[in-house]
Amino acid sequence: MKILVPVKRVIDYNIKVRVKSDGSGVDLANVKMSMNPFDEIAVEEAVSLKEQGKAEEVVAVSIGPEKAQETIRSALAMGADRGIHVKTDQIVEPLSVAKILQVITLQENPNIIIMGKQAIDDDCNQTGQMLAALLNWPQGTFASEVKLNEQQIDVTREIDGGLQTVRLNLPAIVTTDLRLNEPRYASLPNIMKAKKKPIDAMTPEELDIDISPRLKILQTREPEVRVGGVKLESVEQLIDKLTNEAGILS
Amino acid sequence: MTTLLIAEHDNKTLNPATAKTMSAASALQAPVDILVAGHNCADVAQQAAKLTGCQKIIHADAPHLEHHLAEEMAQVITALMEDYTTAITPATTNGKNFMPRVAAALDVMQLSDITDVLAPNQFERPIYAGNALQIVESTDEKRVITVRTTKFPAVEETGQADVELLELPEPKSVSQYVSENLSQSDRPELASASIVVSGGRALGSKENFEKYIEPLAQTLGAAIGASRAAVDAGYISNDYQVGQTGKVVAPDLYIAIGISGAIQHLAGIKDAQTIVAINKDEEAPIFQIADYSLVGDLFELVPQLQAALENR
Ligand SMILES: Cc1cc2nc3c(=O)[nH]c(=O)nc-3n(C[C@H](O)[C@H](O)[C@H](O)COP(=O)(O)OP(=O)(O)OC[C@H]3O[C@@H](n4cnc5c(N)ncnc54)[C@H](O)[C@@H]3O)c2cc1C
Ligand SMILES: Nc1ncnc2c1ncn2[C@@H]1O[C@H](COP(=O)(O)O)[C@@H](O)[C@H]1O
Repeated sequence: MKILVPVKRVIDYNIKVRVKSDGSGVDLANVKMSMNPFDEIAVEEAVSLKEQGKAEEVVAVSIGPEKAQETIRSALAMGADRGIHVKTDQIVEPLSVAKILQVITLQENPNIIIMGKQAIDDDCNQTGQMLAALLNWPQGTFASEVKLNEQQIDVTREIDGGLQTVRLNLPAIVTTDLRLNEPRYASLPNIMKAKKKPIDAMTPEELDIDISPRLKILQTREPEVRVGGVKLESVEQLIDKLTNEAGILS
Repeated sequence: MTTLLIAEHDNKTLNPATAKTMSAASALQAPVDILVAGHNCADVAQQAAKLTGCQKIIHADAPHLEHHLAEEMAQVITALMEDYTTAITPATTNGKNFMPRVAAALDVMQLSDITDVLAPNQFERPIYAGNALQIVESTDEKRVITVRTTKFPAVEETGQADVELLELPEPKSVSQYVSENLSQSDRPELASASIVVSGGRALGSKENFEKYIEPLAQTLGAAIGASRAAVDAGYISNDYQVGQTGKVVAPDLYIAIGISGAIQHLAGIKDAQTIVAINKDEEAPIFQIADYSLVGDLFELVPQLQAALENR
């Protein structure tokens, strides 16, 4: 069993982004970048399936600038076996990411692709589903539990009403939700080992994929800021405010 | 130039998100047909037919559509899209599940979670947990859209659209429904409730969550919500998580109890009309956006609030 794990380099989740004053985008200069948290969960799941003897190889893929290599290295330090870096400085929309991953999937022939449900920068929540459609594979999105057999995978999904379990024929795509696992921290020896693991590099052009964006970004702006109100002294005062000022209680 | 709206429902009742998505669809300035796909869902088709602005209901009914599996839904919608320019659906977990499949099959870049329609091909959408808003123009010939329904009012129910039964292709049968474990609650639905009482990590246990949050919600006729930390710790199930990667809410009143106010949580509550925060840490970020702040121990303040509300 071989598992492919796409990982994206994004602004660290602890950082509050700032919009550039000219409205051209978000300020990425000198901010801390990390692996998308849902992708860490994906790597953890793949690596632990390997540790359980249910998979032989875990391959991490990232599409992005030179520095996306660091994100691949983080995945390798967590236990992935090798990396693939599709290098580009352009913005790559989920549809193009899915097309690149489709080509890589056809080359690598994994049995499962585990990826994040959502990148916390674009908040698109699309790429896994798109890739599943392009490959004509089944999908188990927003996974909080997976059970892998030889032919099938059972995925328990976090849905609006609670949990749903589906059974997918392999090969299949799983996208991770927060409760799937708690990603490990890479140990120092594993970080050192990761430096020697191989990363293949290529470009979208070499893969013959047109990544021109389909969405024109006309403007990026700050949302209206919500300003805090007053500190209250007592519960009685709160009820008074909610009744007479906010008009919510009657 | 017609829009296809895919209804959200559970085969019995039309979800209120559908009527809200209808107002986003109407802003696209094209006639709107509604697809009601499921199993034994004729009642839902009748409910949807009343939505103001609906031209026609397309009713797809088959056992393999009962659970809205993405593979089956996408196949039906993609085939229909030959006659439509836009597919639109609420950004529920169902919509998020099948819609990108449709987009990829049509070779279209999806517009996720739109918050405003500026022109039939121009939309506003939040990125970075709502800390930035993007205005984007779609250059694709067709459009595939999911809608953040808290940003759109529900249309009225003055319509009387005809219902047409759809002939269906063979199921794909690559995935199978196994089981569902749905939360049972007589509380209002979180996504559309007018009051939400939310608890965080500070509650400390499932027992405390039930003891402090539930009665308050009961007294206020409110829905219950939670932070990720409360869900991760097992105080309450995943479907109660509010935030960037959970549910987005926009109630008249949101009461955050023992929640610090991380970026990811605030992303889900920014559109609440009034926010009340109860937290013992004066510096908690939640106080920067709360309209009314109570600094103190929740285990004292919540029972006081409960008693005061009951004695009114
Ligand atoms: C990829 C990703 C996605 C995420 N998505 C979400 C999301 O959708 N929703 C979400 O909520 N979070 C999300 N998070 C998590 C988020 O970053 C925070 O960790 C989480 O919101 C914290 O929950 P909390 O406020 O309950 O806990 P804490 O941050 O631990 O806050 C507890 C608060 O309770 C207060 N407190 C303690 N004891 C008492 C007492 N006795 N009385 C009163 N106050 C007390 C403390 O002062 C503190 O402010 C996400 C994180 C990541 C990385
Ligand atoms: N540039 C990228 N490189 C590798 N994986 C990506 C990239 N963009 C998106 N993904 C994967 O797709 C998931 C969902 O992203 P999105 O659809 O953009 O929210 C992410 O969690 C990643 O697993």
